Amino acid sequence: MNATSATVRRNTDEEVGLWVFLATEVLFFSVLLFGYVVTRIHHPQAFALASKHTDIVLGSVNTAVLLTSSLTIALSSVSLEMGRRRAALWLLPATLVLGATFLALKFLEYAHDIHEQLVPLPWLHFSLSGPDVAGERLFFYMYFVMTGAHAVHLIVGLALVAAMIVKVARNENPDHSCGAVELTGLYWHLVDIVWIFLYPMLYLISRT
Amino acid sequence: MTSLSAAEAASATAPAMPAPAAASSYLDEGFNLWSWLTTKDHKRIAILYAVSITAFFFLGGAAATLIRLELATPQGDIVSAETYNKIFTAHGVIMVWFFLIPSIPATLGNFLLPLMIGARDLAFPRLNLLSWYLYVAGALFTVGMLIAGGVDTGWTFYTPFSTMFSSTYVVYALAGVFVVGFSSILTGLNFIVTTHRLRTAGLTWFRLPLFVWAIYATSLILVLATPVLAMTLVLLALERLFGIGIFDPALGGDPLLFQHLFWFYSHPAVYIMVLPAMGVASEVITCFARKPVFGYRMMAYAIVAIASIGFLVWGHHMFVSGQSMYAGMTFSLLSYLVAIPSAIKVFNWTATLYKGSITFDAPMLYLLGFVGLFMVGGMTGLFLASLAADVHLTDTYFVVAHFHYIMVGGSVMAYLGGIHYWWPKVTGRLYPESWARFAAILIFAGFNMTFFPQYLLGVAGMPRRYHQYAPEFQLLNVLSSAGAAILALGYLLPLVYLSWSLMRGKRAPPNPWNAAGLEWQTASPPPPHNFDSPPAPPRKPYDYDPTRPEALPGSAAAAQT
Repeated sequence: MNATSATVRRNTDEEVGLWVFLATEVLFFSVLLFGYVVTRIHHPQAFALASKHTDIVLGSVNTAVLLTSSLTIALSSVSLEMGRRRAALWLLPATLVLGATFLALKFLEYAHDIHEQLVPLPWLHFSLSGPDVAGERLFFYMYFVMTGAHAVHLIVGLALVAAMIVKVARNENPDHSCGAVELTGLYWHLVDIVWIFLYPMLYLISRT
Repeated sequence: MTSLSAAEAASATAPAMPAPAAASSYLDEGFNLWSWLTTKDHKRIAILYAVSITAFFFLGGAAATLIRLELATPQGDIVSAETYNKIFTAHGVIMVWFFLIPSIPATLGNFLLPLMIGARDLAFPRLNLLSWYLYVAGALFTVGMLIAGGVDTGWTFYTPFSTMFSSTYVVYALAGVFVVGFSSILTGLNFIVTTHRLRTAGLTWFRLPLFVWAIYATSLILVLATPVLAMTLVLLALERLFGIGIFDPALGGDPLLFQHLFWFYSHPAVYIMVLPAMGVASEVITCFARKPVFGYRMMAYAIVAIASIGFLVWGHHMFVSGQSMYAGMTFSLLSYLVAIPSAIKVFNWTATLYKGSITFDAPMLYLLGFVGLFMVGGMTGLFLASLAADVHLTDTYFVVAHFHYIMVGGSVMAYLGGIHYWWPKVTGRLYPESWARFAAILIFAGFNMTFFPQYLLGVAGMPRRYHQYAPEFQLLNVLSSAGAAILALGYLLPLVYLSWSLMRGKRAPPNPWNAAGLEWQTASPPPPHNFDSPPAPPRKPYDYDPTRPEALPGSAAAAQT
């Protein structure tokens, strides 16, 4: 009895801590979103032109993949609460595979971007032209920085999910692993929500 | 190696008598360096912070000494213009990020927060130790780079100078500050969770000491503002490294965007420095006036109001940077608004003194100094918040004097006062009272002599950040430099007599001030687990009785019934 309530309490401290951490992440990404908006206001046409060169197919497929991964991790946390450990041991690896798929597609997309000479480094040839090349370069700068920061967070998320698979498979402390999966899920959802902002900003709003 | 660590441990744990029994205080838990570097005890981590920020304080002070030496004469005779730029940058970077931001929260806050709420430790002790390591790693790296190559941008890293033109070690300095930022974030997170979750039974929010309120509000700022600085520094570093970015007008970027993002952190950072100082003031002034703090709830609300409105005033740093006139008017109004809760605090401290039974022990002297200097700094802040006056005063010594009154006159005075007030609790020893009073008065005098002339210089039009100046400014500059010498002496004194008291000071009882607050209910120094039995929360905070100044707080009600 005592041991159980202690476990619950420890998990709740961690949960409050994680929510505070997620608040810091929101502020962290908000700098990028704000920087994008301000730069877009300075270069509206260039941003509209350049964003048509992002890969809408890969971007959309990736959105679907990532949203599905949020579903699987949410289900894995619910299954653990209901005591269905075997279901969780399917759902967590599914999350891992979906997250890895997202990253693989993202890197494929980066390869296309490099091939099409869309990398705005000063010593590389930049293929886009137009009245405001500086603005187009800045669009792709923001594209790489924003998706790059997101990818770094996703890699951390993959490591966390892998750790959760080990934890649930070992089943040493079911109460604790249930709480830990829930917290991992919270982080995973935040990374997902960030992408929900990035997808329209980088791929959609200029395509009518 | 062993003799070194033994010596270090001896000096750090000196107050403990050789105690063969099980550790009776946190200082007896282990005597070698390793036991300190691997500790998860919030009290020991607080000491680690205190030692490291003291080192950085004197390093930043050395830079300030060079600045004042150079400015003793109108000619640039000691250092070149370029070196001067590097010196004031080093002074700013070290003092802001490696001293002032962690000062009260990471030392006194770390030590006292669990004690004041009756907890065994912070919510995440390992995270607390990690914060210290991040801090030390980032700060040492940056300071190494400041010495090896130097940075000449000023602590504000304004673009495009920092991205395009400066040929100094900007990226390295940014990297170190970035790492230290994570230390701030983790400390803030730890404090927030601790305050929410670990208060002892019956200790409701409105029974908390105002110091806890202040540390909590400070933590909110640390957690919400620091990530913005971190990402902005990343963008700055990318822009400098790769020649593409959103801050450089030559590349189609917007330098005002950098200033907005930078001050979105750096203005609230001022409140990171001064809110904990206000918390210390509330503890000390009530104790030495033997009166409950005047308007406790309003004091708590004022802390929250300052932390909240403090997020909305950053644009007052940019009145002459070319932001829109309407933005300027809005930020001016909001800056006036933040003065209201600040004034409530000064008013309430004063009202707490009224009809109190006041004694002028050293902590009280420091904190009375704090109130006066904070008030002068705050009032001159209002000059700068008014648009028209700011056009004349921007980038003059008036600004320098203003923020030094807040950060040095305010925060450092309160930090020193807090160190004296809790010194018996932390070390188990009493400090020498006469020396401490003398130092408090010397620091107050030296501080005013250093910085008051700078107000006059600013109004007369002397710009900041130049190593030469017009000859008619010399008299006031000499006065300022002479004051700085007194101030330096004043700061060295506590270092000497406090170190002395570690060895030779009288043993402290658990509650030498007859003070309220749970931290005084345990031994001095506290045991490793803080409390032998769960402390009883007070029925109301600061239950002092000015008619019976010798009595323990809270005993009045018991005596009447």
